[in-house]
Amino acid sequence: MLDSYKIRKEFPMFTNKIKMQGHDLVFLDNASTTFKPKCVVDAINRYYEFETSNSHRGDYDLCYNADQKIAETRKLVAELINAKPEECIFTSGTTASINIVAYAYALNNLNKDDEILISLEEHASNTLPWFEISKKTGCRIKYVELDNEGRITLENVKKAISNKTKLIALAQVGNVLGYETDIKGIAKAAHEVGAVVSCDGAQSVPHMKVDVKDLDVDFLSFSAHKMCGPTGVGILYVKEEIMDKLDPVFVGGGNNVNFAPEANVNYLKGPEMFEAGTLNIEGIYGFNAALKFIKEIGIENITEYERNLRRYAVKRLIEVEGLTLYNETAEAGILTFNLKGVFAQDLGTYLNAKGIAVRTGQHCAKMLPIFLGTPATVRASIYFYTTKEEIDCLVETLKTGGNFLDAYFA
Amino acid sequence: MPISLSPQMMRQIIMDHYENPQYKKTPANKEAFETLHMASANCIDDINVYALVKDNIIKECYWDGVACTISTSSTDIMCGLVIGKSLEDAKYIIDQYNHMIHEEEFDESVLDESIVFVNTAKQAARIKCATIGWDALEDIICNHHHEK
Repeated sequence: MLDSYKIRKEFPMFTNKIKMQGHDLVFLDNASTTFKPKCVVDAINRYYEFETSNSHRGDYDLCYNADQKIAETRKLVAELINAKPEECIFTSGTTASINIVAYAYALNNLNKDDEILISLEEHASNTLPWFEISKKTGCRIKYVELDNEGRITLENVKKAISNKTKLIALAQVGNVLGYETDIKGIAKAAHEVGAVVSCDGAQSVPHMKVDVKDLDVDFLSFSAHKMCGPTGVGILYVKEEIMDKLDPVFVGGGNNVNFAPEANVNYLKGPEMFEAGTLNIEGIYGFNAALKFIKEIGIENITEYERNLRRYAVKRLIEVEGLTLYNETAEAGILTFNLKGVFAQDLGTYLNAKGIAVRTGQHCAKMLPIFLGTPATVRASIYFYTTKEEIDCLVETLKTGGNFLDAYFA
Repeated sequence: MPISLSPQMMRQIIMDHYENPQYKKTPANKEAFETLHMASANCIDDINVYALVKDNIIKECYWDGVACTISTSSTDIMCGLVIGKSLEDAKYIIDQYNHMIHEEEFDESVLDESIVFVNTAKQAARIKCATIGWDALEDIICNHHHEK
């Protein structure tokens, strides 16, 4: 069993004993971003203090070392998701990754009346790119019906698939309700009709083993900062046979071999074709350290720990009078709720006043309220360093949440 | 209204305006009103503010939409405060309110019940909620002058 108390000693945000509103910080907004262990911060500093250089640019040792670090990080990413390094593109994050799928693949392969299948609970980043593609190509957006709990079931996906379906874009784990979707089954069904699957892995890859070969997805997007890495780095996995069919979205320095006055360009093949411009090298150094840190702990240990802690959190949260938990049976460490008579954001402010960081509102999934029947919710989300004591603190504070104006007057 | 108002009374005023807002409605003749839509990316707040201006006086002021306690209550109090005021006086009140919210010196004498938001800066993330309706009215006033 993973020792979260020991692990916390690796994180400056814990060892620096950060206070919020005079209270010890209880950070329960890990679905938004995660804390960084010292090794990640050190790796970033090392790049700037000892190893600064650009990549792909020079014949000197420092540049070679940067190239090696980028290649090593790509390999670590590939290992994590069971891909080949040449299938992994560095991006600025999940949003950029999904936009590349939209503009490098969907824009060129979808036509009028083709269908993109998404759901009402997708994050804005897995919705708006498809809206744009729909406007540009005339293809249609179709929604998988959610079941009573808000899950995306394979059965409902199969019902929604037609011979017009060309792309299915779904999160493996929803960022509001935290249900795990059967992406493997969906990919099989999609491929039977010739559709591709773009999987939003922002909430799954940091928390569970995600194997792109086993899932057989065509695209997988995720961010470093939700898995102890820096902000501004992400990954787009593209299945090898699809990679060759894509056109670059951004072009310029670093993504071409040569070009001539007649506008003939030889672009690099593989991920580098999509990495025009200077990469976020400090971010990749930090991500490298984060990937090693997670590997050392073991992704399966992380899943087990979080799922146990989630069960504990559910048991405790349902003690709170007037609390509606919207995702009691979900798998992921995301707990979404409201307290009777208290508007979500007012509760969030109250928790802030007690040192507890949660997310409130719609969590970027701005169509989900249609399903939930409430305009806003409070979301507490855990990671492998979250402790039972922090859950207890949340629960005990929620029990006095009716006095939410204490945030201003106490 | 003195700033020495007890915290208990302040809470009561906020809750009264939240639970029973007096000016929360879309006027039937909304075309006659100057309207501004305001929405926040961070909070749920998504409101319209309506002002009926005649002869430089705010004759009527309403708001409608989805909003949290702080924005509901602060916008509702604002509506009551500016009705019957000239645009210049209303602008003065808005300025004083903003000074208060940002913990600067302010003229308490014109703020009446809106003084209950004096502690908003304690929860900096909510300043936007406490000012969203006020910002809308300020824009309406500025646009009104501009149109003239």
